[in-house]
Amino acid sequence: MTLVIRDLCVARGGLPVLMGLNFQVAPGRALVLRGPNGSGKTTLLRTLAGLQPPLSGEIGGAEDRIAYAAHSDGLKAMLSVAENLRFWASVFGQRDIGPALRSYALEDLHDRLAGTLSAGQKRRLGLARMLVTARPVWVLDEPTVSLDADAVLLFARAVRTHLEAGGSAIIATHIDLGLEAEVLDVTPFRATAETRAGASDEAFL
Amino acid sequence: MTALLYRDLMLALRAGGGFGLGLAFFLIVTVLVPFGVGPQSELLARIAPGILWLGALLACLLSLDRLLALDWEDGTLDLLATSPLPLEAALSIKALAHWITTGLPLVVAAPLFGVLLNLPGPGYLWLVVSLALGTPALSVIGTFGAALTVGIKRGGLLMSLLVLPLYVPTLIFGAEVARRGAAGLETTTPLLMLAGITAGVIAVMPFASAAALRINLR
Amino acid sequence: MSVTDDKPAIKRPSGFWSYANPVKFLGFSERILPALWVLSAACLALGLVWGFFFTPDDFRQGSTVKIIYLHVPSALMAINAWFMMLVASLIWIVRRHHVSALAARAAAPVGVVMTLIALVTGAIWGQPMWGTWWAWDPRLTSFLILFLFYLGYIALWEAIEDPDTAADLTAVLCLVGTVFAVLSRYAVNFWNQGLHQGASLSLDKEENVADVFYFPLLVCIAGFVLLFFALVLYRTGTEIRLRRTRALLARQGRQ
Repeated sequence: MTLVIRDLCVARGGLPVLMGLNFQVAPGRALVLRGPNGSGKTTLLRTLAGLQPPLSGEIGGAEDRIAYAAHSDGLKAMLSVAENLRFWASVFGQRDIGPALRSYALEDLHDRLAGTLSAGQKRRLGLARMLVTARPVWVLDEPTVSLDADAVLLFARAVRTHLEAGGSAIIATHIDLGLEAEVLDVTPFRATAETRAGASDEAFL
Repeated sequence: MTALLYRDLMLALRAGGGFGLGLAFFLIVTVLVPFGVGPQSELLARIAPGILWLGALLACLLSLDRLLALDWEDGTLDLLATSPLPLEAALSIKALAHWITTGLPLVVAAPLFGVLLNLPGPGYLWLVVSLALGTPALSVIGTFGAALTVGIKRGGLLMSLLVLPLYVPTLIFGAEVARRGAAGLETTTPLLMLAGITAGVIAVMPFASAAALRINLR
Repeated sequence: MSVTDDKPAIKRPSGFWSYANPVKFLGFSERILPALWVLSAACLALGLVWGFFFTPDDFRQGSTVKIIYLHVPSALMAINAWFMMLVASLIWIVRRHHVSALAARAAAPVGVVMTLIALVTGAIWGQPMWGTWWAWDPRLTSFLILFLFYLGYIALWEAIEDPDTAADLTAVLCLVGTVFAVLSRYAVNFWNQGLHQGASLSLDKEENVADVFYFPLLVCIAGFVLLFFALVLYRTGTEIRLRRTRALLARQGRQ
């Protein structure tokens, strides 16, 4: 099923930030979002993940199909690596965490408490979480923050495997992952001060 | 769903403060009361049911701001909201975990603290019954308060202000059961009212809590 | 770059809901506010002067009975203000009209002052009657609890920065709070009767007062209702202007 975005307008704090977005992400395809800080990439991704409603427009094919990862990984310092993963696996109705551990080279850290991991290791664990969700559309917000070069390669490989298996991904990132992906620069879609689009403060203008 | 319950209990156990802190607070309140009102045993016996209920209520309140705040900070709530688990169910589970870690120990320990306050003989049974029936409501209502204030920095005090008035009916009927029980009177009516409030709150409040949390997650 | 005067010609709702438009609401409230102020002042002056100076002293309570002209209307408005907030919150949740949310916000401080007046006049009345400033009479206790609910509601509005989030959360709190306020009312009734006879403290005033006290009381109640509406309209106007300033500033910051 293709993710279809039509005429989407997203808002942060009641103000429109991006508008007129139209794109599709077919199975097996990846979309890389680019744009300067504060341009609304995170807002767009949160809207796609269903955490906030769009101001206007449609998001088709997202219902219960999206796995979302943002700046914070939802890890518990007092649980071990395996326990953290197993928890998310069972929330998403999965059991096997082996492949996820292997693809991010976390087997050796299996029993370490997440609180004792380095920032990069935590990030790897957070990304491994995507693999235990069994959801076809990955929505990733700056996934490579605090990853070293090797780990970025691990990540790129995981995404590639996911795409080959018929999944898709929308990734906001600034580095080149070496993926065959379409690139969407959100800068032209930034809302101007006159944009209303049903913004929450529209009635007051 | 059991995974979430298991995780929350595990965290309470490992991070410490989960089981112990509320109980210690309860004990301290119980110990401080005689210093405040004097050591006369008849007086203590008369106010014991109320004091024990109040102590349990405050101990519950004390641990509420940890209920959602930690999961909010590390992004778990975002991820739970995008998971197949309905937020209503997740919050019910979290309320249950809160009850097991704070309410249940209070129920079990209350008779011991009753001894300190000269609680009359027939009061013990009714104290335990009323707390066992009433404390789940405290956890569920508290979850609502936590969901309302989770996005506010240093929202702990505000949450107390919001939650304590909501505790009034539970406290009134719960303490009434304990008090009447201690005095050897009929307890059926307040007991039924207490059970009704708890049942109603468990059925309805998770929807209000989830609505509040969704607004905060936006 | 102007963001103010280029109203697009979109279809506007007519009739009652057209006042959900802040600009139209402001125009409307500015037109009727002077009349409301004058009317409420006239009613209050008439009712209070009539009640205080031209009614006989009660044979049992003496002149203390005359505090009824403040106590009953304020108590009435304390409850009705919450009820109005409840209706406004529901309208906000269902129809997303900002004016409605702001009216609920505007009514809360008025309601809390009414509750305070009712509590204080109750205490002043109670002192000579019952020999104590405060008794845990079910009615007084319920008002105290209502007061706490008002405080929580106002505090939640103040604590949240984003105005729409604040409107949503306070609306949820208002709904839940209403249910618990009603529950508390019954719980408190039960609780006090469970301990004491209780009933002797609160005679039902409206039914017991004679006509000679009753008519000035009605005028006072009308005065309080008008005053309430005037205050709420006025404060809602202030809130709308604040939101408008915020909206314009937010847009300006983005250019």
